[in-house]
Amino acid sequence: MSLRNPLSTAKGLGSAKDGTGHWWNQRLTAIALALLTPWFVVFAVGLIGDGQDAVRRAVAQPLSATLLSSFVLSLFWHARLGLQVVVEDYVHGAMEIALQIAIKFVYALAAIAALLAIGRIVFTA
Amino acid sequence: MATRERPLSPHLQVYKPQITSVLSIVHRATGVVLAFGSLVLAAWLVAAAGSAQAFATFNGLMGSLVGKLALFVFSACLVYHFLNGLRHLAWDTGRGYDIPKVYASGYAVLVLSVVLTAALWWFGLGAAA
Repeated sequence: MSLRNPLSTAKGLGSAKDGTGHWWNQRLTAIALALLTPWFVVFAVGLIGDGQDAVRRAVAQPLSATLLSSFVLSLFWHARLGLQVVVEDYVHGAMEIALQIAIKFVYALAAIAALLAIGRIVFTA
Repeated sequence: MATRERPLSPHLQVYKPQITSVLSIVHRATGVVLAFGSLVLAAWLVAAAGSAQAFATFNGLMGSLVGKLALFVFSACLVYHFLNGLRHLAWDTGRGYDIPKVYASGYAVLVLSVVLTAALWWFGLGAAA
């Protein structure tokens, strides 16, 4: 006999109320990055030695701006999820809470800064 | 009830290092390094969107010996984490779990990491020259 509420079993979210959400998002962003990273590496290597104007022109191309935005969003999301697990495993007590909050803030800021930077380059091109 | 420090599992130090465990630890370590590297990417975009002085400052930092060393470490970590990540995604579909396959894919990731990182810097330094 299960003592669990049938609704809880049906929802499948467990005691942390997140279910497989973290695991699945880590995999989704991994697949996105597996597709986008080869493009980004070719894009970045192609910009080595270029001046600021050339870099901005390259970033401002519609396809580049779209792929670059997707890349940084997937990257920061994936990094945040990964760091969260590492901190959960090795850091405990008050320091764990402080680090988990700091990680969320830093990667949210990085994502906003990167998207605003791409936007500024695109809309001033 | 009194709580005392109890031994935690796993005891990494009592195991002989094996390619399976070492590659798993390296995957995690390279992931942490890349999490910091991703912030450098954000800084690059902000610098490119900013003033000429900001872009020159960023290029000066990354062009220094420490900057180049950091870029090399980030690129090597990226290649390894990318290749080993594909290995993890294959495992997630239930494939490649036999020990001989795990060892073969592990050695393949190591060899390919060295080759691809070298190729990346070959092209990168060629583009810079």
